[in-house]
Amino acid sequence: MDAATITSWMREIDVAVRAERDHLVQLDAAIGDGDHGTNMVRGFEAVVQALGADDGSPPGKLLVLAGRTLVSTVGGASGPLWGSALRSGGRVLGEQMTFEGNQLVEVLSAALASVKDLGTAAVGDKTMVDALEPAVDTLRSRLHDGVALDQALDAAAAAAEAGMRSTVPLQARKGRASYLGERSVGHQDPGATSTALILRALQKAATKGA
Amino acid sequence: MAVETNQMRKFLNDPANVVKESLAGLAAAHPDLLRYDAAAQIIVRQGAPKRGKVALISGGGSGHEPLHGGFVGLGMLDAACPGEVFTSPVPGQMLAATKAVDGGAGVVHIVKNYTGDVLNFKLAAEDAADEGIKVTAVVIDDDVAVQDSLYTAGRRGVGATVLAEKIAGAAAESGADLAKVTDTVKRVNARARSFGVALSSCVPPASGKAIFELPEGQVELGIGIHGEPGRRRAQLGPASEIVDVMVEAVVSDLKAKKGAKVLAFVNGMGGTPLLELYLLYGEVDKKLRAAGLEPVRNLVGSYITSLEMAGASLTVLELDEELTRLWDAPVHTPALRWGA
Repeated sequence: MDAATITSWMREIDVAVRAERDHLVQLDAAIGDGDHGTNMVRGFEAVVQALGADDGSPPGKLLVLAGRTLVSTVGGASGPLWGSALRSGGRVLGEQMTFEGNQLVEVLSAALASVKDLGTAAVGDKTMVDALEPAVDTLRSRLHDGVALDQALDAAAAAAEAGMRSTVPLQARKGRASYLGERSVGHQDPGATSTALILRALQKAATKGA
Repeated sequence: MAVETNQMRKFLNDPANVVKESLAGLAAAHPDLLRYDAAAQIIVRQGAPKRGKVALISGGGSGHEPLHGGFVGLGMLDAACPGEVFTSPVPGQMLAATKAVDGGAGVVHIVKNYTGDVLNFKLAAEDAADEGIKVTAVVIDDDVAVQDSLYTAGRRGVGATVLAEKIAGAAAESGADLAKVTDTVKRVNARARSFGVALSSCVPPASGKAIFELPEGQVELGIGIHGEPGRRRAQLGPASEIVDVMVEAVVSDLKAKKGAKVLAFVNGMGGTPLLELYLLYGEVDKKLRAAGLEPVRNLVGSYITSLEMAGASLTVLELDEELTRLWDAPVHTPALRWGA
């Protein structure tokens, strides 16, 4: 994988959040304030634009640029959270021009660590961590077991989607949904939902390049 | 051209530009008090930075007008950072505002306790520190409707924000140093409690749809300021009974000493007329006295709103001599003005 994989990943996210925008808004309106879809579309539109203007940066730098762009355009909680995630992930790759599956695991682990640190959330709090953590764990274990990268990424995306669905019966303990107390139960978390879209987009981007 | 949405007619040109166009209008209406930096999307007090004066900045999602831009001016804020509707601003705005108003004495960030606001202000404060600007941040969390705050993102920042901006703004205007102004914001937050009630939802311009549906005859108790549903719904009873709930929630949590002098702030959420707000104030005044508190100052009006939501919140601040003096000090902003 290389810089083109990152650019393609960001494009796939842009397409996905645009297609799911109303769904994300709906989910957020139920237990938050209804702006998640709009925010994600604004952010990744800006990321695609920023990456399009870039001239030959290595993949790590592109991730840092994408993260910086999200921080400066999204606002809300998802801006700083995904922004810090991509910046931390990008720093793992430094200046190298290509990277392998194992390094992708490190990138995603760093992204997860940064989200958990900034958001002080853990699995079960009904947040994006419920989708991201199982995805990272699944990718790591599948690659460790010798599964091919595209299949491992497919499994990771599926784990994120399962994690997303697992948020439905949970009571939110972080973020704006936490104010609802028990009334957040029965709703799927919008942040976990967009996170599942982002992991599925990664699988599509990596498979396309292969 | 008015744009008709599914449930509400709004004055809009393009829903995507509502915040920018509103800020430009605010600046056109009050050129003596403030200016709009469109590139940075911030509202800055005229004459800033003022050498040697501690500066106050706040910010947050739009849709709560006049908060925060309407409180920029003499004796209150030095700059405001408005985000998109109900979306926290980005760190670049806070950094630009911090640089625009720093007069060398430091800058206080007043942050309402919402995950997005807290995270974005945190990143901005780190950037400002890198540039050598002394920044302190105080998180406002006065909403008693949020229970079990250990298991949530904590209490939300609501009505106390307005009072903290006014009172700490007066402290800064009088020449107090960074530590003192910061401490003043903290004291207001520590002594204020709020509780809100909605009679209707609100309609964000971008989606054009109400955030929640309130069945006929029901009220939403314990709402925030973003159209987020409250803790529970109840049958709409007489105003007197609703005020009982509000006063009980606030007073039982504030635990002020008997006979304490308080400021009672009855705030409209955007869609409730003054006719009703004063009716509420009459009830509040009576019930606070019955609860052994003495309302010696008050504020009645729509100051921290939730678009066109019908509803109201009550904030009670326990006063002391210093806070009372700072409250009475001159203020001249688009939304609040006395003594100047």
